[in-house]
Amino acid sequence: MNNFGYSRANDVADAVRQVAADPGAKFIAGGTNLIDLIKAHVARPSRLIDITHLPLDKVEERSDAGLRIGALVPNSDLAYHPQIEARYPLLSSAILAGASQQLRNMASTGGNLLQRTRCLYFYDTTTPCTKREPGSGCSAINGINRMHAILGTSEHCIATHPSDMCVALAVLEARVLVRGSAGERSIAFADFHRMPGDAPHLDSNLRADEIITAIELPPKGFARNYTYLKVRDRLSYAFALVSMAAGLELEGETIREARFALGGVAHKPWRNTAAEAQLRGARATRENFARAADTVLRAARGFGHNDFKIELARRVIVRALTQAARGTPQSQSDKRIN
Amino acid sequence: MTITLHVNGVERRLSLAPWTTLLDALRLHLDLTGTKKGCDHGQCGACTVLVDGRRINSCLTLVVMKDGAQITTVEGLAQGNALHPLQQAFIDHDAFQCGYCTPGQICSAVGLIAEGKARTADEIRELMSGNICRCGAYTNILAAIEEVILGKSGASERAA
Repeated sequence: MNNFGYSRANDVADAVRQVAADPGAKFIAGGTNLIDLIKAHVARPSRLIDITHLPLDKVEERSDAGLRIGALVPNSDLAYHPQIEARYPLLSSAILAGASQQLRNMASTGGNLLQRTRCLYFYDTTTPCTKREPGSGCSAINGINRMHAILGTSEHCIATHPSDMCVALAVLEARVLVRGSAGERSIAFADFHRMPGDAPHLDSNLRADEIITAIELPPKGFARNYTYLKVRDRLSYAFALVSMAAGLELEGETIREARFALGGVAHKPWRNTAAEAQLRGARATRENFARAADTVLRAARGFGHNDFKIELARRVIVRALTQAARGTPQSQSDKRIN
Repeated sequence: MTITLHVNGVERRLSLAPWTTLLDALRLHLDLTGTKKGCDHGQCGACTVLVDGRRINSCLTLVVMKDGAQITTVEGLAQGNALHPLQQAFIDHDAFQCGYCTPGQICSAVGLIAEGKARTADEIRELMSGNICRCGAYTNILAAIEEVILGKSGASERAA
């Protein structure tokens, strides 16, 4: 690791002050991704600002019957929180589908949003990567791209966002609360992460002097009809090839509300509101699910090794919507896909 | 920076650079070499220790961030000459070949039991997936942990 300074933030205002005063500084909480990036020489912070002593570790009720999750709540505590398990089991399931229990014990809620792509070229400092070094080009487009994106790619970057938790948060339409030098703001989840475009070095719209303080969950949790289905190269502890979070509201056989998002296929959790609208008012049938999948994947494009993801995504969409409609969510310990 | 750790019940004061990991502090500065460095990237679990009772990857933990914490390593599990039940079960079930992943496996399993979320073989497998064994001793590792958690006698009774 490079030599860096270290300081502790006493409160949120102090954290913002410290990071604004040092452009090379970074916040550290769980450290599960950042320490790894420093070891790989991908991140070279001048200083780490330890935010783990800030009072952002609570899950609290909101007046609108939603929940407010402090940015420092560890992923494992969030997954097993009784209110999350009961009211937002989709979120619990998605968290438990990611990483290992050791990493979930360390990783924070806010940090999960800010983890960086696991694109091998991003990690390999001997190869060009515009996300790592703006303007240097993309090695993945004509390289080994089996894990890469099929939707929303640009000529500059085909990396995917690695989070499982974020795929569920997209479906739940969470809001991200941030504090910066200019005060507090609340960002809709769909607007938090960015598409690669011509600036793939920017993963999110969080400004350099801002800190995530909380995630807010609206009341609607889809606790009856949901699933998180993750397909990967091994049964556990691997990043998604394709994953999907789904939440439905049904009246008999008719779909009243439908939301779904894909992981492992784009630079951010991938929602297609036209496909969701197509399902509203429709019957919960395999044919209708397949039509929604067609809508999502019409613009999909493979880059060689990852061509298979287009057909895989089609099947995952149909399967996950079927699981959600039946009320038989994917188990994260018994790996059989029903 | 100067910090204090409580390692296996003993207070230790350390002066370390901020970029020192907990793993390197244990092995290089406290001479507790039971905890192993495998991948050093949080992918193998060989470095698993308990911090304030929770299992974590010590290779991805900066020791300066754990000032005042209670650390338990594999060296701290036995009571005198009496092995921890998991240590005994690993011996009884021949749950290792080269042994390099074993301290991490055992510390991880101690954390697993404390969490109380594993009630079936599938759940043990899933929640132990952060510990890789390159010898492939998983069958016997599972049997050892099952015996301690579920009170089963192990591999012979276990469904595949």
